[in-house]
Amino acid sequence: MNRSAKKTLQLLSIGVFCMFFFSFALVPLYDVFCEITGLNGKISQSEENASYETETGRDLTVQFVSHNNEQMPWKFNPSEKVMKVTTGKYHNATFYVKNTTDKPMTAQAVPSVAPSNAAEYLKKLECFCFEQQFLNPGEEALLPVRFIFDDSLPGTINNVALSYTIFDITDRVDPEVNHLSMGAR
Amino acid sequence: MSTVIENHHDHHHGPASGLMRWVTTTNHKDIGTLYLWFSFAMFLIGGAMAMVIRAELFQPGMQIVQPEFYNQMLTLHGLIMVFGAVMPAFVGLANWLVPMMIGAPDMALPRLNNLSFWLLPFAFGILLSSLFMEGGAPNFGWTFYAPLSTTYAPPSVTFFIFSVHIMGASSIMGSINVIVTIMNMRAPGMDLMKMPLFVWSWLITAYLLIAVMPVLAGAVTMMLMDIHFGTSFFNAAGGGDPVLFQHIFWFFGHPEVYIMILPAFGITSHIIETFARKRLFGYSSMVWAMLSIAILSFVVWAHHMFTVGMPLAAELFFMWATMLIAVPTGVKVFNWVATMFRGSITYETPMLFAIAFVVLFTIGGFSGLMLAITPADFQYHDTYFVVAHFHYVLVPGSVFSIMAAVYYWIPKWTGNMYDERLSRLHFWLSFVGVNVTFFPQHWIGLAGMPRRYPDYALQFADWNMVSTAGAFLFGTSQILFLFIVLKTVVGGKKATSQVWEGAKGLEWSVASPAPYHTFSTPPKVD
Repeated sequence: MNRSAKKTLQLLSIGVFCMFFFSFALVPLYDVFCEITGLNGKISQSEENASYETETGRDLTVQFVSHNNEQMPWKFNPSEKVMKVTTGKYHNATFYVKNTTDKPMTAQAVPSVAPSNAAEYLKKLECFCFEQQFLNPGEEALLPVRFIFDDSLPGTINNVALSYTIFDITDRVDPEVNHLSMGAR
Repeated sequence: MSTVIENHHDHHHGPASGLMRWVTTTNHKDIGTLYLWFSFAMFLIGGAMAMVIRAELFQPGMQIVQPEFYNQMLTLHGLIMVFGAVMPAFVGLANWLVPMMIGAPDMALPRLNNLSFWLLPFAFGILLSSLFMEGGAPNFGWTFYAPLSTTYAPPSVTFFIFSVHIMGASSIMGSINVIVTIMNMRAPGMDLMKMPLFVWSWLITAYLLIAVMPVLAGAVTMMLMDIHFGTSFFNAAGGGDPVLFQHIFWFFGHPEVYIMILPAFGITSHIIETFARKRLFGYSSMVWAMLSIAILSFVVWAHHMFTVGMPLAAELFFMWATMLIAVPTGVKVFNWVATMFRGSITYETPMLFAIAFVVLFTIGGFSGLMLAITPADFQYHDTYFVVAHFHYVLVPGSVFSIMAAVYYWIPKWTGNMYDERLSRLHFWLSFVGVNVTFFPQHWIGLAGMPRRYPDYALQFADWNMVSTAGAFLFGTSQILFLFIVLKTVVGGKKATSQVWEGAKGLEWSVASPAPYHTFSTPPKVD
C-alpha cells in the first residue's frame, strides 16, 4: 500500500468514527432544536415574572387530559376536565392521583401541549411534572399546576389541550433515594 | 488471442485448490464471487419469507401462519433483502468490476476485503438463528421503531442488534476498500471524469455508506443501552423520545435507499450504452446527477415521518427537498432514453432487464413523488401504496439491475455465454410476475389497505389474490435464474474477450474468463 492510499484510509476511518459520534450528538441537538422551536409540545419551567400578567387578556378553553403509560396502575385524572381561562392571568389546576397498589411507588409525569405551537406561550410556574411523585401504598394526593398564557398567544388558538402521561419509574429510581424519601414522610 | 491468454497465465500463479481457497482468498474476483453467491442465497431465503407473507394474504382471514410469525417473516424479509441480498450483490459486483474497470491489479486492501465478506455469513447466521429462539425472531418491521424494538421487543432483539453491528462493520470496511481503490489505483491517464459510470456510482455510494452506516450503528447501540443499561434515549418515562429514534433511523435510512439504487444507475448506463451501440448521452450530467442525488439524500429523511406531528415549515421543507430529487433523477432517465434514441438497439437479455429497469423504476419514482406531497401522504402513509412504491424501486429497480449485470458480465466471469432462450424466458416471467405482484398494491393501498397486517377487510380480497399469484410466479422464476447461472458456470458457447459488439471499457480488453490476475502492469488510458 502506498502513502496516498494510507492517507485515504486514515481519513476515511476518522470519518467513520466522527459519524458514529455524530449519531449520539443528534440526541442533545434534537432536544435543543425542540426547545428552540417549541416542537413536541415540550415546556420547561418558567421564572416568576410579572410581565406575563396583563389586564387585556382574552378567553380560551383549556382541556386537561391524563394518560397512564403501559401498565401504570395508579389512579390519575384531572380534577376538572375543562377550564375557562384568560390570557395574562394566573390559573391553578389540580390532578388527583392515588397509588392503588400495595407497594410504595415513584412516578414521573410527562407533559405535552396540543396544538404544539401553543407550547411556547404556556408558562408554568409550578407543575408536578417538574418533580417525581412518591406515594406509599393506598396514598392519594392532589397535584398542582400553576400556569399562565402569554398574551401574545396567536388569535387562531382558542382551545388548548394540556396532557400528562404518568410513568412508573420505581425501578429507575435509586433504591437509597427511595428509602430516604420514605423516611422523610 | 488464446496464445495471449496462455502467456498471461504463465507469469502468475492461479488460485489455491480446495475449499480453503474460498476462506483464505484475498483475490478480488474470488471475493466478488463469494459476495454474489451469498447475496443469491439470501435472495432465495428472503424470497421464501415473502412467499409465506403472500400465501397468508392470498385470502382474508388467518389461514397459514400465526400473526406473531407473520410479523417475524415481515421483519426478516425486509432486513434480509436490504442488507443480505441487494447490498452484498452490489459489493460483489464492485469487487469483480471496479479493479478491472480502472485497470488495477486488485482491491487496495485485500485482507480487509476478505474480512468484510466473511463477517456477513456470521451476521446473517445470528439474525436467522433468532427464528429458533424463545420468543421468536425480531417482529417489529425492518425499520425497528422504538419502543416496539426496545420495550416491547422479544428477547432475541439483542442478537438482532449485534447482527446489525456486524453487517454494518462489513459494509463500512467494504466501502473504505472501494474508495481507497478508486482514489489511488486508477490506471495512468484515467482521470475522475474518464471513469466508467459504474465506478463513479460506487465511489458515491461508498461515501454514503461511510456517512450513514455509523449512524445506524449508533441507533442500535442506543437501543442496546435502553434495553440493557437503563438509559432512556427513546423512553419517554426517562425523558427520552421515541420520535428521536425515527429521526436517527431515517437519517440513515434515506441515504440507504440511494445506496441501493446508485450502483443500479451505473450498471444501467453501461448496458444501455453497449446495446444501443452509441456513446452514452450526457456522461458528465450523469455524474453530477448522482452527486446531487447523494447530497440531497441527507436533507429529506423526514418525508418518511410526515405524520409524526411536525410544524408546517418542516413539512414544506421536506416536501420540496424531496421533490427536488426528481430533477437529477429525471436527468438520468432522460439521458438513458436519449442514448437509446436512434441507436442500433439489439435486445439481448441484459438490455431487456435494463429497459425494464428504466420504465419500472420511473413508475416507482412517480409514486414516490405522489408520496412526497405532504397532504396526500397523510392518506397514503402506512398503506399498501407505500409497499407498492418501494417494491417498484427495489425489485424492478435494484434487483433487475443486478440481474442485468449478472447476464451482462457473466460471460466475462465464466468465459461462457448464458443460454439466451432460457434467460429471455426468465426475463419475461420476472417482468410479468413483478408487475402482477406490485401494480395492484397501488390500488389496494389507495383504497386504504394498511400495511404490516396478516389480515385485511373483504373489499381488498380480489387484488390480494392477484398479487399473491404474481408473487409466486416471480418467486418460482428465480429458480430458473439459478439454473441458468449454474448452466453458464458449467459450460456453454465460449465467449470472446469483448463479448458484446458495442462493449467498451477495460474489463472487455482482458480474456474471457478473466484471468485470476489482471492488470498486474497498469494499462495506458488515453
